[in-house]
Amino acid sequence: MGESVQARKTIDSMAARERCNRFRRRILEISQQVQALHIGSAYSCTEIVDAVYFELMRRAPDGSSPDTFLMSKGHGCMIQYVILEHLGVLTRHDLDRYCKADGLLGCHPDYGNPGIAASTGALGHGLSMALGMAYAEKTRGTNGMVYSVLSDGEVQEGSTWEATMMASSLKVGNLVAFMDNNDFQSLGRTSVTHPSFYPVVDKYIAFGWESVEVPGHDTRAICEAVAGRMGDRPLMVVCKTTKGRGVSYMENVPIWHYRSPSPDEYKQALSELEKALA
Amino acid sequence: MRNTFSETLYECAKADPRVYIVVADISPAGSMAKFQAEYPERFINVGVAEQVMIGMAAGLALKGCRPFAYTIATFSLYRPFEFVRDDLGYQNLPVTVVGMGAGVIYSTLGGTHHTMEDIAIAGAIPNMQILAPCDPLETVDATRHCATQDRGPVYLRIGKAGEPKLTEKAEPFVFGKLRYLRRGKDVCILSYGVIMKLAVQVADRLAAAGKSVSVVSCHTVKPLDRPGIAEALKTHKQVIVIEEHVPQGGLAPQTKQIAWDSRAQCDLKAFTLQDKFIHNYGSHDDLLAAHGLSLEQILKSVS
Repeated sequence: MGESVQARKTIDSMAARERCNRFRRRILEISQQVQALHIGSAYSCTEIVDAVYFELMRRAPDGSSPDTFLMSKGHGCMIQYVILEHLGVLTRHDLDRYCKADGLLGCHPDYGNPGIAASTGALGHGLSMALGMAYAEKTRGTNGMVYSVLSDGEVQEGSTWEATMMASSLKVGNLVAFMDNNDFQSLGRTSVTHPSFYPVVDKYIAFGWESVEVPGHDTRAICEAVAGRMGDRPLMVVCKTTKGRGVSYMENVPIWHYRSPSPDEYKQALSELEKALA
Repeated sequence: MRNTFSETLYECAKADPRVYIVVADISPAGSMAKFQAEYPERFINVGVAEQVMIGMAAGLALKGCRPFAYTIATFSLYRPFEFVRDDLGYQNLPVTVVGMGAGVIYSTLGGTHHTMEDIAIAGAIPNMQILAPCDPLETVDATRHCATQDRGPVYLRIGKAGEPKLTEKAEPFVFGKLRYLRRGKDVCILSYGVIMKLAVQVADRLAAAGKSVSVVSCHTVKPLDRPGIAEALKTHKQVIVIEEHVPQGGLAPQTKQIAWDSRAQCDLKAFTLQDKFIHNYGSHDDLLAAHGLSLEQILKSVS
């Protein structure tokens, strides 16, 4: 990609805030077409995925990128879909047909669909695939970056630790993973399921990664963690997030892992999101 | 077979920089040393971690590489099964999962190291192809095919060491087609993989008794050459299936199904491992014999 690819140097936090608010409203709009869409999970990682697409991935003038984004927590893919729609990779028609019999898009990303790097949905697969991709980029001289978002519940899968160990052994400095650390999984708090999961940053460092914790809804903090990395080893950015972020009644309430808002709930959510931007 | 595999893979890697091998703490013998020395970046040992072996291979393939994932069959297929199914099958990626020492070759290591159900399990995955060469020469053909194909994932079932050459005079290897090692008129023996040695011994004894015998390597177990099998059922008086696999989901039940569908009139006999784990030890032949797979037991049933 050479000189035509520019890494973004300055971060416009206000623009990021506006984009993320717009993406949340778009997801809310789509929620009224279906009974379920993992809205809380998508809101939790909105700033992370937005930062990857708009601040971290390099872009050629034609919009293509030498870098890859792999949504390991596949159930959060609604944020990826609305971003891909914004970028023109998916169409409004595609999103209108979300989870419909004649549509392309379902509740988990599907390889082969525009803009989707790998099929996920089964947790614990993404990091291994991202590692394979990053290693291919490194050894074939194409030097693309690979970004991936994992959920904190997902990290309970043993396979993620296999990949964690291997990624540092191979010194894949072009692999950057984000943990959407909202402290929730289907049945409750991850810190209750596994209190010994914390401190988690230390665990990645012990496994030979670089790891830092950042406020996960702060675009600037997310980007600075990546920009300031050592680069000789994989990086895990542990993003402290709030599940359902942006809508008061969804925040930290497990049912919004999956459910769609009723018409009244929709109105309230929309009003809260509109006010947040005002 | 594993030496032949690694020598062939080395040649494939020399010809194509997209060829990688990801192994899980098991390396295909000394012959892999050349590959490792010349292409260290394309030889990856993940250690005892089979899920990342398959996941990494998928990631490599998603970036245009042609990876092989290699370990003992039970660990390459059973342990990371959902990775094989989702990452390779569902995404339809050109990754070869090598199941080394399949069947009951690891005859002194116990049931944890036996691979008796792999054809059924791999074959149940949509998009998955299965190749099971019967001797070192066929392993060359099969490995080359895997390294150069784009169609999707392959489960490559190979033996270990010391397999005799059986295909020197056989018809050419064609993916997806039955391969006659010899052609006869009375009896046709269908088999695949390492147990082909026993199939050839049975054929020799039947021939000595005056029968005209065909011996067929069904190396492509999936997609199976159904028209080829229907033809074999039609043109022989007796068809014998010999396979180192449990009775369900392998070549034997598929042959019976084809026989029914094609209204075959021939006598059809199947010799397989039983639907039972093996708890005894001994040589590979001892274990096969424990489930009725020996020359004498087969001859007693077919003559």
